[in-house]
Amino acid sequence: MSPSRWTRACALEDIYPDSGVCALIDGQQVAVFRVRGGVYAIGNHDPASGANVLARGIVGDLGEELVVASPIYKQHFSLITGRCLEEPQLSVPIFPARISDGQVWVRGEPIVQRAQGAKRRLIVIGNGMAAMRTLEELLELAPNAYDISVFGAEPLGGYNRILLSPLLAGVKRVEEIVTHPSEWFRERGIALHSGDPIVQIDRVRRRVRSRSGIETSYDRLLIATGSLPIKLPVPGRDLAGVVTFRDLQDVDAMLEAAGQHRRAVVIGGGLLGLEAASGLKLQGMSVTVVHLCEHLMERQLDAHAAALLREELEGRGLQFVMPAKTLQIQGSNRASGVQLADGCEIPADLVVMAVGVRPNVELARAAGLRCENGVLVDDTLLTYDPAIYAVGECVQHRDRTFGLVAPLWEQARVCAAHLAERGARRYRGTHCSTQLKVSGIDVFSAGDFSAQQGTESLVLRDPKRGIYKRLVIEQGRVRGAVLYGDTRDGGWYVDLINEGRNVSALRDQLLFGAPAEAS
Amino acid sequence: MSAAATVRTTCPYCGVGCGVLAASVDGAVQLRGDPAHPANRGALCSKGTALGETVGLQGRLLQPRVQGREVDWDTALQRVAQGFRRIIDQHGPDAVAFYVSGQLLTEDYYVANKLMKGFIGSANIDTNSRLCMSSAVAAHKRAFGEDLVPISYEDLELADLIVLVGSNAAWCHPVLYQRIVKAKERRPALRLVVIDPRRTPSCEIADLHVALRAGTDVTLFNGLLSWLAQHGTVDRDFVSQHTRGATQALLTAENTAGDVDAVARLCGVDSAVVRRLYDWFGSTERVLTLFSQGVNQSSAGTDKANSIINAHLLTGRIGRPGMGPFSITGQPNAMGGREVGGLANTLAAHMELERAEHRQIVQAFWGAPKLAERPGLKAVELFEAMHRGRIKAVWVMATNPVVSLPNADRAREALRRCELVVVSDCVAQTDTAALAHVLLPASAWGEKEGTVTNSDRHISRQRAFLPPAGLARPDWWIVCQVAQRLGFTRGFEFSSVAEIFDEHARLSAAGNDGSRAFNLGGLIGLGEDGYAHLQPIQWPVQTAASPGTPRLFSDAHFYHADGRARLVATRPRVPKYALDEEYPLVLNTGRIRDQWHSMTRTGRSARLAAHLPEPFVDVHPADALRFGLRSGGLVRVATRWGRLVARLRSSGEIARGSIFVPIHWSGSTASDARVGALVNPAVDPVSGEPEFKYTPARIEPFVVSWYGFALSRSQLEAQSLSWWACAQGGRFQRYELAGRRVPGDWSAWARVFLGAAHTADWIEYDDAGAGAYRAAHLSEERLESCLFIGPRPELPSRSWLAGLFEKTQITPAERSNLLAGRPADPAADGGATVCACFGVGRNAIEAAIAHGCHDVPSLGKRLKAGTNCGSCVPELRRMIATEMAASA
Repeated sequence: MSPSRWTRACALEDIYPDSGVCALIDGQQVAVFRVRGGVYAIGNHDPASGANVLARGIVGDLGEELVVASPIYKQHFSLITGRCLEEPQLSVPIFPARISDGQVWVRGEPIVQRAQGAKRRLIVIGNGMAAMRTLEELLELAPNAYDISVFGAEPLGGYNRILLSPLLAGVKRVEEIVTHPSEWFRERGIALHSGDPIVQIDRVRRRVRSRSGIETSYDRLLIATGSLPIKLPVPGRDLAGVVTFRDLQDVDAMLEAAGQHRRAVVIGGGLLGLEAASGLKLQGMSVTVVHLCEHLMERQLDAHAAALLREELEGRGLQFVMPAKTLQIQGSNRASGVQLADGCEIPADLVVMAVGVRPNVELARAAGLRCENGVLVDDTLLTYDPAIYAVGECVQHRDRTFGLVAPLWEQARVCAAHLAERGARRYRGTHCSTQLKVSGIDVFSAGDFSAQQGTESLVLRDPKRGIYKRLVIEQGRVRGAVLYGDTRDGGWYVDLINEGRNVSALRDQLLFGAPAEAS
Repeated sequence: MSAAATVRTTCPYCGVGCGVLAASVDGAVQLRGDPAHPANRGALCSKGTALGETVGLQGRLLQPRVQGREVDWDTALQRVAQGFRRIIDQHGPDAVAFYVSGQLLTEDYYVANKLMKGFIGSANIDTNSRLCMSSAVAAHKRAFGEDLVPISYEDLELADLIVLVGSNAAWCHPVLYQRIVKAKERRPALRLVVIDPRRTPSCEIADLHVALRAGTDVTLFNGLLSWLAQHGTVDRDFVSQHTRGATQALLTAENTAGDVDAVARLCGVDSAVVRRLYDWFGSTERVLTLFSQGVNQSSAGTDKANSIINAHLLTGRIGRPGMGPFSITGQPNAMGGREVGGLANTLAAHMELERAEHRQIVQAFWGAPKLAERPGLKAVELFEAMHRGRIKAVWVMATNPVVSLPNADRAREALRRCELVVVSDCVAQTDTAALAHVLLPASAWGEKEGTVTNSDRHISRQRAFLPPAGLARPDWWIVCQVAQRLGFTRGFEFSSVAEIFDEHARLSAAGNDGSRAFNLGGLIGLGEDGYAHLQPIQWPVQTAASPGTPRLFSDAHFYHADGRARLVATRPRVPKYALDEEYPLVLNTGRIRDQWHSMTRTGRSARLAAHLPEPFVDVHPADALRFGLRSGGLVRVATRWGRLVARLRSSGEIARGSIFVPIHWSGSTASDARVGALVNPAVDPVSGEPEFKYTPARIEPFVVSWYGFALSRSQLEAQSLSWWACAQGGRFQRYELAGRRVPGDWSAWARVFLGAAHTADWIEYDDAGAGAYRAAHLSEERLESCLFIGPRPELPSRSWLAGLFEKTQITPAERSNLLAGRPADPAADGGATVCACFGVGRNAIEAAIAHGCHDVPSLGKRLKAGTNCGSCVPELRRMIATEMAASA
């Protein structure tokens, strides 16, 4: 068959609104309908009666589904999916149709529909960690439920983004951080389109289109577009030598800079910034971290732990300028330095902006899905469209967005269960615990560890061993925990926070680890 | 260095007088019981077993001091002699006094008594034995005409009924108690009755515990006397031929306690219990009545003792195997002191001051220039006279009256008022030494030679096995030096203890035609060699051929002029000070198992300190509730005379309405726990013995803001805290602490308190909300000190932490758990010590019981607990019962 092309069927005005006409496209009879400003094309052949009559059927909507009723036996066929509503085993082909310059265009190649009794189609947008984990969970629960295609912006299959830091530090190679190579997809019959992100979602037709023009339909769509690094809105942000730290390309850019230049400034003293700084230091650069806040990693650490971390990192040769606000990136073609609000200038050949991320919601928002900071999802990770789920850093659930891996795992589990139609699970949010290794230093935090009125702190300090632990207690219950240097009991504290049980009886033993079971 | 020869000596603690085999090998002292000694036949108690841990030179007084300045002997002795001479010259001999001790050896005692009574010319020499058994002395004299303990220890094995009155022998005379235990095991028909207001550990194997109301002993024994008469259990021949006073005594008994039900009511005991006691006593020929401080330390102590002796005289149960009244003394040489006459109301060698013929014998024998003519002041009066300024110079030897006397704060003030206070002691820092103008270093046990007499009249040698310490000298030498500097050159020229003993023996025989039982005629002329090899022997020893005298009165001859014993009419008297609304409880005092007196020696043994490491007050749980005391909290005990603060304990031993406080803690070991300060000053009118067992008291919570403890390799300065107590640990000092003021910055405070530099390896735990703070100071992974603070008395067990001090380096796991105060594996924490000899803790014992050790022998097999001295066996038995009941 010759490659299909768009064929002009007729002028739009040739079709009375809310009725159909029959066109001969590439030798097939196609029924073309004009409904509410849009055009839809399906096969004219009525499988129930065997007559070519559907173009003359009455158009309407049935349970919010656009349908045409066969003039013979009155079965309804969906204009979107071609399926027969009354007799599911019957269906008609559907064809791409569009309006251009007042003309109706139709393509002769039918949109591939799920074959009779065959799998439904799942399109996954994104090949990051949340998407991959959801797929794994889904395959575990229902290996044959879906025909799956994955479209992702990044060039590789799936990799562990957390390991970008060791990659930068030169401790790991790219192959070592890839979790889902192309064979993984092949072996499971999943179509992988890496480096080809979806650029459009047509929710009405349940179709998506990729940057390269691949257009495909879906029964279920999973949005896992992740987040985007924030670039400070300062002059010079687009100069060469200014990078973020989000993906493999960023790492490549940094490694390249480290090979040619000596001085780096990392803006942002959060986890990513410190990882980038440590990695660049290991790559031989002289690194200064510029941080806006009083202490490092202010969302994961309290002031004391942050001070310990700073002391440790200073011991390893990192320099810190904080609190400090970046005014501009200096340089003509390439960055040459960073100017701070207090007038200070720090020379730099490489500027890494690691000032945070924001959910990547552009695609979802353009598709008309309700978004705030992220794509709004309910406790089943379903968006406002019942065919579309979303997981990971792009979502907003109960007013929260996510930047750490643990909640992603839990979302993936719930979402996969619903995709597998075993959807009794609900995602109720995760008490955010952070188990991190910052340049080899164990750091942990969970819950709310800010010292507010009505809270009490339990503190253990062993400076010689570089250990600091703090638990925040409110009304006899653990609210938050910060661990530095020894994070073995982090899991137990998360349990205690989640259980919300009264710990008064074991209060004086809390900081010394979970009690051994009485023998 | 080769092993030194093993030396046979005698334990320096209680009046049992156990033989000890001691050797000093490469600086370490090796000790065991002497199998050949008749008192203990090889056994030792926990205190005796730990003697080796107390002989180190730490804390010893090693050089004379005048006004705190170290001086040579000559200067110090001159100063003492001049001081005494000046005051004697200005104010007469009664303006000076010696206050001596039942821990002096007989020879020390002899020369001190000789100096005061024969040369200075005053009888103002009294002894801490006054506080201990002077009521027994007085009762013996009243009943027998002389201070005589008729029995022998072997009567414990020969008796069919043993009655313990006012004696917690299980803790205070453990080796004798273990003899009873073993006898009872061999012969279950042997009955043991304990008469004591407290349900002490001695009650564990008792067939009957008579928990009489404190101070009602005379009523109980008058009742017995009357009951015996009513039931015809009277040895009429014995009574008529060998006694006097039976009629009057019986009449008094009949009038005051003739009805068993009335006796039961008065004594607060079920009448069936009283009947059983009387029935057993009446129907058992071989009955031994063993009495101790519960009888003696009373304003009616002498009458109590006589009421006991009465029962033995009425039944003729005396002077024969397995029977008799048996006063057991608390000190190693209380008996020796009595023998030399080291009490203010006796003269020497069981001769009396009041009797002219005795004075003549002694004066002639001593060639005394100026023999005392009337009795001196007894301990309490003696200090009262100091307080009033009548006595201006005092020499305290080997005792700690600021801790041990009743109304002890007044005694301290009395010493402060003296122009000259001389203290000779082996310990540098005692509460009494702190008040001394002149401190004289005395040789300690193990360094000196001499004899002691135990509770069954065995004279045993104490022998040296250690080199002299520093400049310390034996007490007899010090006394003789002062005597010579006072101008008494003749009479004090002794060159050895053997010479003193020889003179002592000769005096006992001087003019002794058999009228005095105390006669060491057979030990005259032993010479240095004979004295060196003197074997334990029971006096009297009239001739050199005599093997000693196991039992007195076997001929029914007594030492009143008429040769008869006296039944003494004893009218019950209530204790001098009665309870009232303000002071509604009876304060009782006494010893605990592993400590001795003011802990200057036993306090240095970690093993001994571990059993009961801090001062406590034992309160019935209902009383604790009534007075708002919380378990483990601190309690203020107050009497009209003083106050103290101690930990609340509810041992289950004490009855409602009474409280018990141990006597051992001093100002050196606790901030505020000298029970002597609380004890009323009432004394027995005959013996002068104070009423330690009955002082009206009240208790109230001692409210503090925080509780804590610290363990430290070095001494800590705890004086500024509201409350503290200190105990010796293995390689650390243990401090129990409590405070009212909460430091603003615990961390800063703790660093100063534990003496940790800012750069020190320092771990800390802070839970400000709960008021908890903990810290530890290490150097190169060696634990230097740790501190645990909390708002409540419940703090982690000290025992696991204590073990960490034994290590030169702690492991990372131990470091991680250090401030938890418990190991990651809870089984590694043995718990608080129960068996001091083998250091077996409560947790380990409970675990063993849970694993099927359901009797004491199997516990012993598994853990060794209780297999040495046996003192913890009652506690083990109680733990088994508790555990079994809990799991039933």
